[in-house]
Amino acid sequence: MYPPRFRYEAPRSIDEAISLLQSGGGEAKVLAGGQSLVPLLKLRFASPDLLVDINGLPGLDYHRTDADGTLRIGALCRHATLEKSALLKASQPTMAAAAKLVADPIVRNRGTLVGSLCHADPQGDWAAVMTALGGSVVAQGAHGRRTIPVSEFVTGPFQNVLGYDEIAVEAVVPAAKGTRAGGYLKLERRVGDFATAGAAVALELSGTSVVRAGIALTGVGGSTINAEQAAAALVGRPLTVDTISDAAHLASQAAQPRSDHRGSAAYKRHIIATFVERILTQVGRGSAERAA
Amino acid sequence: MTSLFEEIHEDAPADVPTRRVRITVNGQPRTVEVEPRLLLAHLLRQGLKLTGTHTGCDTTNCGACTVLFDGQPIKSCTMLAVQADGHEVTTVEGLAGPSELHPVQEGFKDEHGLQCGFCTPGMMLAAKALLDENPDPTEDEVRWALSGNLCRCTGYQNIVKSVLWAAAKLRAQQA
Repeated sequence: MYPPRFRYEAPRSIDEAISLLQSGGGEAKVLAGGQSLVPLLKLRFASPDLLVDINGLPGLDYHRTDADGTLRIGALCRHATLEKSALLKASQPTMAAAAKLVADPIVRNRGTLVGSLCHADPQGDWAAVMTALGGSVVAQGAHGRRTIPVSEFVTGPFQNVLGYDEIAVEAVVPAAKGTRAGGYLKLERRVGDFATAGAAVALELSGTSVVRAGIALTGVGGSTINAEQAAAALVGRPLTVDTISDAAHLASQAAQPRSDHRGSAAYKRHIIATFVERILTQVGRGSAERAA
Repeated sequence: MTSLFEEIHEDAPADVPTRRVRITVNGQPRTVEVEPRLLLAHLLRQGLKLTGTHTGCDTTNCGACTVLFDGQPIKSCTMLAVQADGHEVTTVEGLAGPSELHPVQEGFKDEHGLQCGFCTPGMMLAAKALLDENPDPTEDEVRWALSGNLCRCTGYQNIVKSVLWAAAKLRAQQA
């Protein structure tokens, strides 16, 4: 398969990239890791006039924390970097759990977290993880930067709110108010397949009590699902068999799965409840052990 | 210089812009003129006649087209040739000289790591990248590292054995 014809530019600065996007007038696409865009080009689902390859832009491959604990992930930070990151292992359990489950190891060498958010595939892992964490996307355009919460950034399947001349330059996870806990579980028929269902749980704990909770779901709706009621059921409470069971039930109710070749809607709902319960039970066990 | 234009797009109008790409393939600097939409896998196979890189699924699933890009395995059907400008690419032809075998190749031979052989180049390059980073992997680590490469013949058992064989041989060589 060959992509359709396009013009190709590899700018050396963000400003140059933005002016190229402006010149493209809505018919330009940003190329970062390319692990979704290149297949889309080959399948002729996308046929931009201009590709703006940002891989040559300096200084965008970082992931680091500010002094206040805010985590920033640059537009060229690859999944593989996050998978191997000591920083995530030490301080971001939900992200660390997800990083090794994105696509397959070879794809992870190229694909990027920010690109995954922009692509906004309902079965993308990072959109669920970042939604659960209350993260946001920083977009840069000709008129400066703006910060957009991930829950507002993704507007539907393969849709985001970026202007045609804006580049998503980084993703941001706010500093935690408590001790981070949580996880990410995904059911896939084989490595690299689209998710049958996935659940991201991001908690902040004070002792055994939950001070902040986020739960978001992968692959069980037309877009990433923010299970706000399920998360709210945990805040201000300790993790007990009852609170865990409530949250798991509410998360499965928030899912909007469709029956397909990966499983029935009822099966996918069941998976969501099981995953949320499993993650919360593990967190509960850990926090009880720390308190003891 | 290798021109790819006529070979790949016979119907292309004459005014399609091409770009000059300087790329090091298996240690040799090459300069090619390519249409931006040309995929790296096609540059390697049709342009540079390095047909050891296979194109299988063509949809980023199977990993038969895996090559090393600055030492890291990537799927060459999912990268544009223009993106390789200024970079180093290693294909299966670059694993060892024409009359010798890389320990990974020896391992696949010794442990019967292939049947039809279609997935083998990608498997071997993914394995080499693993062993460069982790000279003494567990079986689980080998399976994990190869999980982006599909084999439809072997059931993977002998592929994993082959990589472990190569790891032991490389460690013995270092010792």
